[in-house]
Amino acid sequence: MMVELDPVTDDARLAARLAHDLDGSFEALVVAHQDRLFTIAFRTGGDRHDAEELVQDCFVRAYRALATYGPERIRELRLRGWLTTILLNAGRNRARVKRVPTTELAFEPGAEPAVDPLTRRDERETWGRLLAGLTPAQRSAVVLRHVDGMSYAEIAEATGRPEGTVKAHVHRGLAALRTALLAAERREREEIPA
Amino acid sequence: MNDQIDPTTEAALAGLREPAPAGLTYATLVAVGLADDYAVMESPVGPLRVAWNGRGVSAVEEAPDDGAFEARFHARTGRLARRRDELPADLARKIERRLAGDRHNRIDLDLRGSTAFERAVWMKALEIPRGEVRPYGWIAREIGRPKAVRAVGTALGHNPVPLIVPCHRVVRSDGMIGQYSLGGPRNKRTILAGEGADPDELETLARAGVRYFGSDTTHIYCLPTCRDARRVTERHLVQFSSTGAASAAGYRPCKHCRPTVEIAA
Repeated sequence: MMVELDPVTDDARLAARLAHDLDGSFEALVVAHQDRLFTIAFRTGGDRHDAEELVQDCFVRAYRALATYGPERIRELRLRGWLTTILLNAGRNRARVKRVPTTELAFEPGAEPAVDPLTRRDERETWGRLLAGLTPAQRSAVVLRHVDGMSYAEIAEATGRPEGTVKAHVHRGLAALRTALLAAERREREEIPA
Repeated sequence: MNDQIDPTTEAALAGLREPAPAGLTYATLVAVGLADDYAVMESPVGPLRVAWNGRGVSAVEEAPDDGAFEARFHARTGRLARRRDELPADLARKIERRLAGDRHNRIDLDLRGSTAFERAVWMKALEIPRGEVRPYGWIAREIGRPKAVRAVGTALGHNPVPLIVPCHRVVRSDGMIGQYSLGGPRNKRTILAGEGADPDELETLARAGVRYFGSDTTHIYCLPTCRDARRVTERHLVQFSSTGAASAAGYRPCKHCRPTVEIAA
Protein backbone atom coordinates (compact mmCIF):
# COMPACT_ATOMS: atom_id res chain seq x y z
CA MET A 1 0.00 0.00 0.00
CA MET A 2 1.48 3.33 -0.98
CA VAL A 3 0.92 6.10 1.49
CA GLU A 4 0.50 9.42 -0.24
CA LEU A 5 1.87 12.25 1.77
CA ASP A 6 1.35 15.91 1.77
CA PRO A 7 5.02 16.25 2.53
CA VAL A 8 5.00 19.54 4.33
CA THR A 9 1.98 19.44 6.63
CA ASP A 10 2.05 15.68 7.32
CA ASP A 11 5.73 15.74 8.18
CA ALA A 12 5.34 18.81 10.36
CA ARG A 13 2.52 17.13 12.25
CA LEU A 14 4.56 13.93 12.56
CA ALA A 15 7.61 15.84 13.80
CA ALA A 16 5.46 17.52 16.45
CA ARG A 17 4.16 14.13 17.59
CA LEU A 18 7.67 12.66 17.69
CA ALA A 19 8.91 15.62 19.72
CA HIS A 20 6.12 15.01 22.21
CA ASP A 21 6.30 11.18 22.39
CA LEU A 22 9.03 9.42 20.41
CA ASP A 23 8.16 5.85 21.38
CA GLY A 24 4.44 6.41 20.94
CA SER A 25 4.77 7.98 17.47
CA PHE A 26 7.69 6.16 15.92
CA GLU A 27 5.47 3.55 14.30
CA ALA A 28 3.60 6.37 12.52
CA LEU A 29 6.93 7.64 11.16
CA VAL A 30 7.79 4.15 9.87
CA VAL A 31 4.40 3.68 8.25
CA ALA A 32 4.49 7.15 6.67
CA HIS A 33 7.98 6.83 5.16
CA GLN A 34 8.76 3.15 4.65
CA ASP A 35 7.29 2.90 1.13
CA ARG A 36 9.20 5.88 -0.23
CA LEU A 37 12.44 4.89 1.50
CA PHE A 38 12.07 1.33 0.23
CA THR A 39 11.47 2.68 -3.27
CA ILE A 40 14.61 4.82 -3.11
CA ALA A 41 16.71 1.98 -1.69
CA PHE A 42 15.39 -0.55 -4.19
CA ARG A 43 15.60 1.71 -7.25
CA THR A 44 19.09 2.95 -6.46
CA GLY A 45 20.45 -0.39 -5.21
CA GLY A 46 18.60 -2.97 -7.22
CA ASP A 47 18.11 -5.78 -4.70
CA ARG A 48 14.90 -6.18 -2.69
CA HIS A 49 16.50 -7.92 0.26
CA ASP A 50 19.30 -5.36 0.54
CA ALA A 51 16.76 -2.56 0.23
CA GLU A 52 14.70 -3.99 3.07
CA GLU A 53 17.73 -4.23 5.34
CA LEU A 54 18.84 -0.76 4.38
CA VAL A 55 15.47 0.80 5.21
CA GLN A 56 15.41 -0.94 8.57
CA ASP A 57 18.95 0.23 9.24
CA CYS A 58 17.90 3.76 8.30
CA PHE A 59 15.00 3.74 10.76
CA VAL A 60 17.20 2.36 13.55
CA ARG A 61 19.69 5.19 12.97
CA ALA A 62 16.85 7.70 12.88
CA TYR A 63 15.39 6.37 16.13
CA ARG A 64 18.75 6.51 17.91
CA ALA A 65 19.31 10.06 16.71
CA LEU A 66 15.81 11.18 17.73
CA ALA A 67 16.35 9.66 21.17
CA THR A 68 19.25 12.08 21.70
CA TYR A 69 17.54 15.18 20.22
CA GLY A 70 15.57 17.63 22.30
CA PRO A 71 11.90 18.33 21.43
CA GLU A 72 12.73 21.66 19.78
CA ARG A 73 15.20 20.07 17.41
CA ILE A 74 12.81 17.23 16.50
CA ARG A 75 9.96 19.65 15.82
CA GLU A 76 12.11 21.55 13.35
CA LEU A 77 13.25 18.48 11.41
CA ARG A 78 12.20 18.19 7.78
CA LEU A 79 11.63 14.48 8.05
CA ARG A 80 11.49 13.66 4.35
CA GLY A 81 14.92 15.05 3.56
CA TRP A 82 16.39 14.05 6.91
CA LEU A 83 15.42 10.38 6.50
CA THR A 84 16.63 10.41 2.90
CA THR A 85 20.05 11.65 4.01
CA ILE A 86 20.26 8.87 6.63
CA LEU A 87 19.22 6.29 4.03
CA LEU A 88 21.78 7.44 1.48
CA ASN A 89 24.58 7.55 4.07
CA ALA A 90 23.67 4.11 5.39
CA GLY A 91 23.66 2.84 1.82
CA ARG A 92 27.11 4.26 1.17
CA ASN A 93 28.53 2.70 4.36
CA ARG A 94 26.97 -0.59 3.48
CA ALA A 95 28.36 -0.53 -0.06
CA ARG A 96 31.79 0.17 1.38
CA VAL A 97 31.53 -2.70 3.83
CA LYS A 98 30.17 -5.15 1.29
CA ARG A 99 32.52 -3.88 -1.44
CA VAL A 100 29.91 -4.45 -4.08
CA PRO A 101 30.82 -2.23 -7.00
CA THR A 102 27.68 -0.37 -8.02
CA THR A 103 28.80 -0.56 -11.64
CA GLU A 104 27.87 -4.24 -11.48
CA LEU A 105 24.32 -3.09 -11.93
CA ALA A 106 25.16 -1.12 -15.02
CA PHE A 107 22.89 -1.68 -17.95
CA GLU A 108 24.82 -2.83 -20.97
CA PRO A 109 22.61 -2.89 -24.06
CA GLY A 110 24.83 -5.42 -25.81
CA ALA A 111 24.72 -7.84 -22.90
CA GLU A 112 20.93 -7.80 -22.58
CA PRO A 113 19.29 -11.12 -23.20
CA ALA A 114 16.85 -11.12 -26.10
CA VAL A 115 13.53 -9.83 -24.83
CA ASP A 116 10.49 -11.91 -25.51
CA PRO A 117 8.08 -9.63 -27.40
CA LEU A 118 5.24 -10.79 -25.14
CA THR A 119 6.97 -9.79 -21.89
CA ARG A 120 8.55 -6.60 -23.21
CA ARG A 121 5.30 -4.90 -22.37
CA ASP A 122 6.22 -5.08 -18.73
CA GLU A 123 6.95 -1.40 -18.70
CA ARG A 124 7.98 -1.19 -15.07
CA GLU A 125 10.59 -3.85 -15.54
CA THR A 126 11.95 -2.10 -18.61
CA TRP A 127 12.14 1.25 -16.85
CA GLY A 128 13.69 -0.35 -13.79
CA ARG A 129 16.39 -1.82 -16.01
CA LEU A 130 16.94 1.45 -17.82
CA LEU A 131 17.31 3.23 -14.52
CA ALA A 132 19.88 0.68 -13.37
CA GLY A 133 21.95 1.65 -16.41
CA LEU A 134 22.55 5.19 -15.17
CA THR A 135 25.62 6.23 -13.22
CA PRO A 136 25.01 6.10 -9.45
CA ALA A 137 24.85 9.91 -9.19
CA GLN A 138 22.40 10.24 -12.07
CA ARG A 139 20.34 7.33 -10.85
CA SER A 140 19.89 8.64 -7.31
CA ALA A 141 19.12 12.14 -8.62
CA VAL A 142 16.47 10.83 -11.05
CA VAL A 143 14.98 8.51 -8.41
CA LEU A 144 14.76 11.25 -5.79
CA ARG A 145 13.34 13.82 -8.22
CA HIS A 146 11.00 11.77 -10.43
CA VAL A 147 10.23 8.52 -8.61
CA ASP A 148 10.01 9.94 -5.09
CA GLY A 149 9.08 13.47 -6.12
CA MET A 150 11.39 15.54 -3.95
CA SER A 151 12.11 19.12 -4.96
CA TYR A 152 15.59 20.14 -6.15
CA ALA A 153 16.10 22.14 -2.97
CA GLU A 154 15.21 19.09 -0.85
CA ILE A 155 17.51 16.83 -2.88
CA ALA A 156 20.36 19.33 -2.65
CA GLU A 157 19.96 19.45 1.13
CA ALA A 158 19.59 15.68 1.48
CA THR A 159 22.58 14.79 -0.69
CA GLY A 160 24.81 17.70 0.28
CA ARG A 161 25.29 18.59 -3.39
CA PRO A 162 24.70 22.01 -4.94
CA GLU A 163 21.28 22.37 -6.53
CA GLY A 164 22.89 23.02 -9.94
CA THR A 165 24.78 19.74 -9.75
CA VAL A 166 21.62 17.84 -8.84
CA LYS A 167 19.77 19.45 -11.78
CA ALA A 168 22.61 18.48 -14.12
CA HIS A 169 22.53 14.88 -12.87
CA VAL A 170 18.77 14.68 -13.40
CA HIS A 171 19.04 16.30 -16.81
CA ARG A 172 21.79 13.95 -18.02
CA GLY A 173 20.07 11.00 -16.40
CA LEU A 174 16.83 11.69 -18.29
CA ALA A 175 18.75 12.12 -21.54
CA ALA A 176 20.52 8.81 -20.97
CA LEU A 177 17.17 7.14 -20.23
CA ARG A 178 15.71 8.46 -23.49
CA THR A 179 18.68 7.20 -25.48
CA ALA A 180 18.59 3.81 -23.80
CA LEU A 181 14.84 3.54 -24.34
CA LEU A 182 15.15 4.31 -28.04
CA ALA A 183 17.93 1.74 -28.35
CA ALA A 184 15.85 -0.87 -26.56
CA GLU A 185 12.83 -0.17 -28.76
CA ARG A 186 14.95 -0.36 -31.89
CA ARG A 187 16.34 -3.70 -30.77
CA GLU A 188 12.88 -5.05 -30.07
CA ARG A 189 11.65 -4.00 -33.53
CA GLU A 190 14.56 -5.76 -35.12
CA GLU A 191 13.84 -8.93 -33.15
CA ILE A 192 10.24 -9.15 -34.29
CA PRO A 193 10.18 -11.23 -37.46
CA ALA A 194 8.71 -9.39 -40.42
CA MET B 1 10.99 24.13 -12.39
CA ASN B 2 11.45 22.84 -15.88
CA ASP B 3 12.89 19.34 -16.16
CA GLN B 4 12.09 19.03 -19.85
CA ILE B 5 10.54 15.68 -19.02
CA ASP B 6 7.85 14.30 -21.29
CA PRO B 7 4.63 13.09 -19.65
CA THR B 8 5.25 9.45 -20.64
CA THR B 9 8.64 9.32 -18.95
CA GLU B 10 7.30 11.22 -15.97
CA ALA B 11 4.44 8.74 -15.54
CA ALA B 12 6.73 5.74 -16.10
CA LEU B 13 9.20 6.92 -13.45
CA ALA B 14 6.44 7.73 -10.96
CA GLY B 15 5.15 4.20 -11.60
CA LEU B 16 8.40 2.75 -10.25
CA ARG B 17 7.37 3.30 -6.64
CA GLU B 18 7.49 0.08 -4.67
CA PRO B 19 5.53 -0.66 -1.49
CA ALA B 20 7.74 -1.82 1.36
CA PRO B 21 7.54 -5.55 2.14
CA ALA B 22 4.73 -6.47 4.53
CA GLY B 23 6.90 -7.35 7.52
CA LEU B 24 9.09 -4.26 7.45
CA THR B 25 7.09 -2.16 9.92
CA TYR B 26 7.08 -4.79 12.66
CA ALA B 27 10.70 -5.81 12.05
CA THR B 28 11.71 -2.15 12.37
CA LEU B 29 9.81 -1.73 15.62
CA VAL B 30 11.55 -4.87 16.95
CA ALA B 31 14.93 -3.52 15.84
CA VAL B 32 14.49 -0.31 17.85
CA GLY B 33 12.91 -2.10 20.81
CA LEU B 34 9.31 -0.90 20.46
CA ALA B 35 7.99 -4.41 19.83
CA ASP B 36 9.34 -7.91 20.40
CA ASP B 37 9.64 -11.33 18.85
CA TYR B 38 9.53 -14.51 20.88
CA ALA B 39 10.04 -18.21 20.41
CA VAL B 40 9.86 -21.36 22.49
CA MET B 41 13.11 -22.68 23.94
CA GLU B 42 13.61 -26.07 25.59
CA SER B 43 15.09 -25.96 29.09
CA PRO B 44 15.73 -28.27 32.06
CA VAL B 45 12.32 -27.23 33.42
CA GLY B 46 10.41 -27.66 30.17
CA PRO B 47 9.54 -25.30 27.34
CA LEU B 48 10.06 -21.60 28.03
CA ARG B 49 9.11 -18.56 25.98
CA VAL B 50 11.99 -16.22 25.28
CA ALA B 51 11.34 -12.71 23.90
CA TRP B 52 13.89 -10.37 22.36
CA ASN B 53 14.22 -7.11 20.46
CA GLY B 54 17.07 -5.00 19.08
CA ARG B 55 18.16 -4.04 22.59
CA GLY B 56 18.41 -7.58 23.94
CA VAL B 57 16.50 -10.41 25.58
CA SER B 58 13.37 -8.97 27.20
CA ALA B 59 11.61 -11.96 28.75
CA VAL B 60 12.05 -15.59 29.77
CA GLU B 61 8.79 -17.07 30.96
CA GLU B 62 7.02 -20.27 31.68
CA ALA B 63 3.58 -19.82 30.14
CA PRO B 64 0.88 -22.37 29.30
CA ASP B 65 0.43 -21.02 25.77
CA ASP B 66 1.18 -18.15 23.39
CA GLY B 67 -1.92 -16.18 24.36
CA ALA B 68 -1.07 -16.23 28.04
CA PHE B 69 2.52 -15.24 27.34
CA GLU B 70 1.56 -12.37 25.03
CA ALA B 71 -0.99 -11.03 27.50
CA ARG B 72 1.46 -11.16 30.40
CA PHE B 73 4.23 -9.61 28.29
CA HIS B 74 2.00 -6.78 27.18
CA ALA B 75 0.80 -6.13 30.72
CA ARG B 76 4.39 -5.84 31.95
CA THR B 77 6.05 -3.98 29.06
CA GLY B 78 3.20 -2.34 27.15
CA ARG B 79 4.60 -3.89 23.97
CA LEU B 80 3.42 -6.48 21.48
CA ALA B 81 5.20 -9.81 21.14
CA ARG B 82 5.01 -11.86 17.98
CA ARG B 83 5.62 -15.61 17.87
CA ARG B 84 8.47 -16.79 15.66
CA ASP B 85 9.49 -20.34 14.77
CA GLU B 86 12.79 -20.16 16.58
CA LEU B 87 15.31 -17.94 18.31
CA PRO B 88 17.95 -16.26 16.14
CA ALA B 89 20.77 -18.82 15.84
CA ASP B 90 23.42 -16.68 17.56
CA LEU B 91 21.13 -15.87 20.48
CA ALA B 92 20.17 -19.54 20.91
CA ARG B 93 23.85 -20.48 20.94
CA LYS B 94 24.71 -17.78 23.48
CA ILE B 95 21.92 -18.83 25.84
CA GLU B 96 22.95 -22.45 25.55
CA ARG B 97 26.53 -21.55 26.43
CA ARG B 98 25.39 -19.37 29.32
CA LEU B 99 23.26 -22.18 30.75
CA ALA B 100 26.27 -24.48 30.41
CA GLY B 101 28.16 -22.16 32.75
CA ASP B 102 30.05 -19.85 30.39
CA ARG B 103 29.69 -16.43 32.00
CA HIS B 104 31.98 -14.68 29.58
CA ASN B 105 29.77 -14.66 26.52
CA ARG B 106 27.79 -11.48 26.55
CA ILE B 107 24.03 -11.60 26.19
CA ASP B 108 22.41 -8.20 25.77
CA LEU B 109 19.41 -7.72 28.05
CA ASP B 110 16.52 -5.30 27.69
CA LEU B 111 15.76 -4.34 31.28
CA ARG B 112 13.77 -1.17 30.64
CA GLY B 113 11.19 -0.47 33.30
CA SER B 114 13.38 -1.75 36.12
CA THR B 115 14.85 0.29 38.98
CA ALA B 116 18.56 0.89 39.52
CA PHE B 117 18.29 -1.26 42.66
CA GLU B 118 16.74 -4.16 40.74
CA ARG B 119 19.43 -3.97 38.07
CA ALA B 120 22.15 -3.93 40.74
CA VAL B 121 20.65 -7.08 42.30
CA TRP B 122 20.37 -8.86 38.94
CA MET B 123 23.89 -7.93 37.86
CA LYS B 124 25.23 -9.20 41.16
CA ALA B 125 23.36 -12.50 40.68
CA LEU B 126 25.12 -12.81 37.33
CA GLU B 127 28.42 -13.10 39.22
CA ILE B 128 27.42 -16.29 41.00
CA PRO B 129 29.11 -19.21 39.23
CA ARG B 130 27.20 -22.23 38.03
CA GLY B 131 26.89 -24.89 40.73
CA GLU B 132 27.12 -22.36 43.56
CA VAL B 133 24.51 -20.49 45.61
CA ARG B 134 24.53 -17.32 47.69
CA PRO B 135 22.06 -16.11 50.31
CA TYR B 136 19.86 -13.02 49.76
CA GLY B 137 21.85 -11.24 52.47
CA TRP B 138 25.05 -11.78 50.48
CA ILE B 139 23.61 -9.89 47.51
CA ALA B 140 22.33 -7.14 49.79
CA ARG B 141 25.76 -6.63 51.32
CA GLU B 142 27.64 -6.92 48.04
CA ILE B 143 25.59 -4.14 46.44
CA GLY B 144 26.09 -1.92 49.46
CA ARG B 145 22.56 -2.22 50.86
CA PRO B 146 23.09 -4.70 53.72
CA LYS B 147 19.70 -4.02 55.29
CA ALA B 148 17.72 -4.47 52.07
CA VAL B 149 17.56 -8.28 52.28
CA ARG B 150 13.79 -8.44 51.77
CA ALA B 151 13.98 -5.99 48.85
CA VAL B 152 16.63 -8.21 47.27
CA GLY B 153 14.18 -11.12 47.42
CA THR B 154 11.48 -8.99 45.79
CA ALA B 155 13.85 -7.80 43.06
CA LEU B 156 14.87 -11.37 42.27
CA GLY B 157 11.19 -12.29 42.05
CA HIS B 158 10.81 -9.58 39.40
CA ASN B 159 13.74 -10.81 37.32
CA PRO B 160 12.31 -10.71 33.76
CA VAL B 161 15.00 -13.01 32.37
CA PRO B 162 15.38 -15.94 34.79
CA LEU B 163 17.95 -18.60 33.90
CA ILE B 164 19.92 -16.01 31.90
CA VAL B 165 20.17 -13.92 35.08
CA PRO B 166 20.56 -16.84 37.50
CA CYS B 167 18.30 -15.77 40.36
CA HIS B 168 17.87 -19.50 41.05
CA ARG B 169 21.37 -19.36 42.57
CA VAL B 170 20.18 -17.09 45.36
CA VAL B 171 18.75 -18.91 48.36
CA ARG B 172 17.18 -18.01 51.68
CA SER B 173 19.43 -16.61 54.34
CA ASP B 174 18.77 -19.65 56.56
CA GLY B 175 20.19 -21.86 53.84
CA MET B 176 16.86 -23.24 52.61
CA ILE B 177 16.32 -23.14 48.84
CA GLY B 178 13.33 -20.77 48.91
CA GLN B 179 10.97 -19.35 46.34
CA TYR B 180 11.40 -19.10 42.58
CA SER B 181 9.63 -16.91 40.04
CA LEU B 182 10.00 -19.27 37.08
CA GLY B 183 7.25 -21.76 37.85
CA GLY B 184 7.93 -22.21 41.59
CA PRO B 185 10.46 -23.81 43.99
CA ARG B 186 10.37 -27.25 42.36
CA ASN B 187 11.93 -25.74 39.22
CA LYS B 188 14.58 -24.00 41.31
CA ARG B 189 15.61 -27.36 42.78
CA THR B 190 15.67 -29.00 39.35
CA ILE B 191 17.86 -26.27 37.88
CA LEU B 192 20.26 -26.21 40.84
CA ALA B 193 20.58 -30.01 40.79
CA GLY B 194 21.29 -29.85 37.07
CA GLU B 195 24.06 -27.35 37.76
CA GLY B 196 25.68 -29.56 40.39
CA ALA B 197 24.41 -27.84 43.54
CA ASP B 198 22.40 -30.59 45.27
CA PRO B 199 19.45 -28.81 46.92
CA ASP B 200 18.70 -31.70 49.32
CA GLU B 201 22.26 -31.76 50.56
CA LEU B 202 22.25 -27.98 50.99
CA GLU B 203 19.07 -28.08 53.04
CA THR B 204 20.35 -30.96 55.18
CA LEU B 205 23.39 -28.86 56.07
CA ALA B 206 21.17 -25.83 56.69
CA ARG B 207 18.93 -27.79 59.06
CA ALA B 208 21.99 -29.03 60.91
CA GLY B 209 22.99 -25.40 61.46
CA VAL B 210 26.05 -25.59 59.19
CA ARG B 211 26.57 -22.29 57.36
CA TYR B 212 30.29 -22.32 56.46
CA PHE B 213 33.01 -24.75 55.52
CA GLY B 214 36.62 -24.21 56.49
CA SER B 215 39.90 -25.87 55.68
CA ASP B 216 42.19 -26.68 58.58
CA THR B 217 45.22 -26.45 56.30
CA THR B 218 44.57 -22.97 54.85
CA HIS B 219 42.46 -21.63 57.75
CA ILE B 220 40.10 -20.06 55.25
CA TYR B 221 36.31 -20.42 55.51
CA CYS B 222 33.78 -20.35 52.64
CA LEU B 223 30.13 -20.62 51.81
CA PRO B 224 29.44 -24.36 51.40
CA THR B 225 29.05 -24.28 47.58
CA CYS B 226 32.16 -22.18 46.92
CA ARG B 227 34.48 -23.95 44.49
CA ASP B 228 37.32 -23.53 46.98
CA ALA B 229 35.33 -25.22 49.75
CA ARG B 230 34.56 -28.15 47.52
CA ARG B 231 38.22 -28.78 46.89
CA VAL B 232 38.83 -29.37 50.58
CA THR B 233 39.12 -33.10 51.38
CA GLU B 234 36.82 -34.50 54.03
CA ARG B 235 39.73 -35.02 56.43
CA HIS B 236 40.52 -31.31 56.47
CA LEU B 237 36.96 -29.96 56.31
CA VAL B 238 35.73 -27.96 59.31
CA GLN B 239 32.13 -26.85 59.72
CA PHE B 240 31.04 -23.55 61.28
CA SER B 241 27.64 -22.25 62.30
CA SER B 242 28.58 -18.56 62.21
CA THR B 243 31.25 -16.18 60.96
CA GLY B 244 31.95 -15.43 64.63
CA ALA B 245 32.77 -19.08 65.32
CA ALA B 246 35.03 -19.19 62.25
CA SER B 247 36.88 -16.01 63.26
CA ALA B 248 37.20 -17.20 66.85
CA ALA B 249 38.85 -20.35 65.51
CA GLY B 250 41.35 -18.19 63.63
CA TYR B 251 39.89 -18.59 60.14
CA ARG B 252 39.73 -15.79 57.58
CA PRO B 253 36.97 -15.37 54.96
CA CYS B 254 37.52 -16.66 51.40
CA LYS B 255 38.22 -13.97 48.83
CA HIS B 256 36.17 -15.72 46.16
CA CYS B 257 32.81 -16.31 47.87
CA ARG B 258 33.25 -13.47 50.42
CA PRO B 259 31.25 -15.13 53.24
CA THR B 260 31.53 -12.25 55.68
CA VAL B 261 27.83 -11.59 56.06
CA GLU B 262 26.24 -13.29 59.04
CA ILE B 263 23.66 -15.84 57.96
CA ALA B 264 20.66 -16.44 60.17
CA ALA B 265 20.82 -19.54 62.30
